[in-house]
Amino acid sequence: MLARTLLFRGRGKSLSGSGDLLHVVSNDNISAGRRSFGRAIIWGSAVVMVAVAVAQLMQVQGWGSFGFENWRPTLYAYVLWAICLCWGQVLMHGEHGKRTLFVLPAALFVISLTVFPLLFGLVIAFSDWNLSSPNGRQFNGLANVRQMWADPFYWNAMLNMVWYVLAILIEYAIAFGLALALNAEIRARKFFRVAFLLPLMLSPVAVSWMIGKSMLEARFGPLARLGRALGWDDPSFFGSPWIAKLTIMLMDAWTFIPFMMIMILAGLQAIPKELNEAAKVDGANGWRAFWEVTFPMMLPVSITAILIRIIFKLKLADIVIAVTSGGPGGATDTVTSFIFREYRDRSNVGYGTLLAMVYLVVIIIVMTILMKLADRFARPRT
Amino acid sequence: MSGAKMAETQIFHDAASDRGFRAKWWTGRLAIYGLLLLWALICLFPIYWTLTTSFKMAPDVMKGHMVPWVDFTPKWLGWRSLGLSPDTWGNESTVRAEFFKRFANSAIAALASSVLAVILGSLAAYGLSRFNYKFGWMRNADISFFFLSQLILPPVVLALPMLVLYKELALLDTRIGLILLYTLSVLPIVIWIMRDQFSSIPTELEEAALVDGLSIWGAFITIILPIALPGMVAAFILSLVLTWNEYFFAALLTSTHANTLPVMVASQTGSQGISWWSMAALAWAAILPLIVIGVVLERYIIKGMAAGAVK
Repeated sequence: MLARTLLFRGRGKSLSGSGDLLHVVSNDNISAGRRSFGRAIIWGSAVVMVAVAVAQLMQVQGWGSFGFENWRPTLYAYVLWAICLCWGQVLMHGEHGKRTLFVLPAALFVISLTVFPLLFGLVIAFSDWNLSSPNGRQFNGLANVRQMWADPFYWNAMLNMVWYVLAILIEYAIAFGLALALNAEIRARKFFRVAFLLPLMLSPVAVSWMIGKSMLEARFGPLARLGRALGWDDPSFFGSPWIAKLTIMLMDAWTFIPFMMIMILAGLQAIPKELNEAAKVDGANGWRAFWEVTFPMMLPVSITAILIRIIFKLKLADIVIAVTSGGPGGATDTVTSFIFREYRDRSNVGYGTLLAMVYLVVIIIVMTILMKLADRFARPRT
Repeated sequence: MSGAKMAETQIFHDAASDRGFRAKWWTGRLAIYGLLLLWALICLFPIYWTLTTSFKMAPDVMKGHMVPWVDFTPKWLGWRSLGLSPDTWGNESTVRAEFFKRFANSAIAALASSVLAVILGSLAAYGLSRFNYKFGWMRNADISFFFLSQLILPPVVLALPMLVLYKELALLDTRIGLILLYTLSVLPIVIWIMRDQFSSIPTELEEAALVDGLSIWGAFITIILPIALPGMVAAFILSLVLTWNEYFFAALLTSTHANTLPVMVASQTGSQGISWWSMAALAWAAILPLIVIGVVLERYIIKGMAAGAVK
C-alpha cells in the first residue's frame, strides 16, 4: 500500500470503514428464478464475448474467415457483458446490488481503459513493431531493453525530469508568497484572483505560441527587447542548453503556479484567525508568527499541493513539443516529449512503449518513496 | 503596548513608536499591492500581447509597438486570414470552416467527456462515501486508492498501446476514442472533488429519506444530488478546462477528422512561414472560451481545486 493516508487526510473517517457510513438493513426476497436469471445473463454474455473474441482471433490467425473488418464486434460484446454484469448485480443481490451499481460502472470503465492497455503494453514493449512496415509485430525479447540502456537521449530526458521536478520548490515559494498576499486584507481581491487564475486556464499549446514563440522571439519579442534594454546583448532564450531549460521551467511555472497558489490559499483560509492573533498577543512579529504558526499549520496542505504538482510535472510535454521539440540537443526534453518524437520519427511502437513502461515503474517507485517520506514528515507533532 | 506609552507623551501627538508602526503598515501595504500588481501584469500581459498582435501589421510587429491607437492603428489583418473579420464574415472561407470544425471537435470532446466523467465519478464517489464495499480483497480504501492512483499514470504510458488498440478497433481519429480517453484522464479528479463534497453531507438526510420510503437511488437523485450540485459544477468546469486544453492524446490519436483546436494551433506553430498576426488571432480565438469561463465561473474553479486541500 502506498501512503494513502497522506492523500486522503481529513477524509479518513469515511474511508476507515466504520464511521460516517450509511447503514441500511433491507430484506430482499429474491426468488431463486430471478437469481438464476441474473447468473444466466452474466455468464451468457460472457460466453458470447469469449466466442466473438475467439472467432476474431481465429480469423487473424488465418484459420477461417468470419467476415470481420476490425475488432469492433469484440468491443460491442464486451460492452454487452459489462451491462449484463451491472444488471445481474441488481437481479442477484437486490438492494445490495443497487449499492454496487454506484461504483461498478466507474470501476469497469477504468479497468477496461487502463489495466487492459497496460497488459497489452507489456506485450508490445518486448517487440519490434513498426506500424508503417508490413511485417507486423516481431517479438524481440530484451533487445529494446538493451537499446534503452544505450540510449543517451532517454537518460538525458530522465535527468531533465529531475531538474524540472526540483524547480517545483521555487514555484512553491512563489505560490506561497502570492497566496499570502491574496489572503491579506486587500481591495479588488476578485480581480486579482481571476487574473492569477487565467494562466492555468489557457491551453498550453496556445501559451507555447503566445510566450514561447512570439514574446520570447529573439528579434521582435517584447521580452527579448526588454532583455536588450537591460543589457543582454543577444537575448536568445532557446540557444544554450541551460537557458532553454530555464525558459521551459519558467513557462511551465507560469501556467501552474496558480494551481499551487489556490490550494495554499484554501489552506490559509482554513487556519483559524485566533491562532495568529494569539501569536501576536504573545509578542511574535509577522516573520516569527509566519514561521512558528502559519507555516507549520500549512505543512499538510503544502505537501499535498507539492505532491500533486509533481504528478502533473511528470506529465509535462505539450509546451516542450510545441516550443523546442526537445532542443537544443535534448536539453529541454521531457520523457514524454522524447517518446512522442521517438514515435513520430520512427513510428516504432515497441521501443516507445518500453520506454514509457520503464518511466511508469520509475514514477511509481519515486512517488511511493516521496509519499512515505511526506507522510512521516507531515504527521502532526503534538 | 502603545497605550502605556501614550500616557507619558503629549495627548495630541502620536507616539514615535506609533508613527513607526504606521510607516511600517504603509510599506507593508505597498509591498503587498506591488507584488499583486506585478504578478497580475505577468499573468495578463501575454494575453494582452496576443490580442494586440492579432491586430498588428508587419511593421508594427517589427518596431515593437504595444498600445493600439497610440503607436499603431489596429488592422483586421490577422482575423481576415482566419475569415473572422467583419468584411470576410459573409464570404466563404476554408480557414474559417476548418477552424470551426476543430472548434466543434474540441467542444464535443470536452463536453461529452466532462459529462461522462461527472456522472461516473459522482456515482462512484457517492458509493464510496456511503457504503462498505468488498470486491475480492479490495475494500473501500483500496477502491478509492485504485481510482485516485490513475492520476499518477502518465498519458505516455497509455498512448502507444491505445494507438494500436484504437487502430484495431477502428476508433483512431474518431471523437468517441478521444472522449473515452479524456473521461479516463479527468475521472480521478472528479472522484476526488465529489468525495470531498459527499462526505460533507450528513447521512441523516438519506436516513430520513429512506424512512420515508425512498429507495437508495431515489434518495440519491432527489435529495443528495441537488445539495452536491455546486461540487458537481466545480468538477465539471475543471474537467472541461483540462479536456479542452488536452494536446498529447489528440496529437497522437487524431489526424484529419477528429483533431481538436490545440492540434490545429500546434500544427500552425510548426510552420515557419506563418505570419504573427494570423497566428495571434488563432491563438486568441482558441483561448477566448477559456478566458470567458475563467472570468465568469472563477468561483467554481477555485472551489474545485481547493477541494481536498483542506478538510
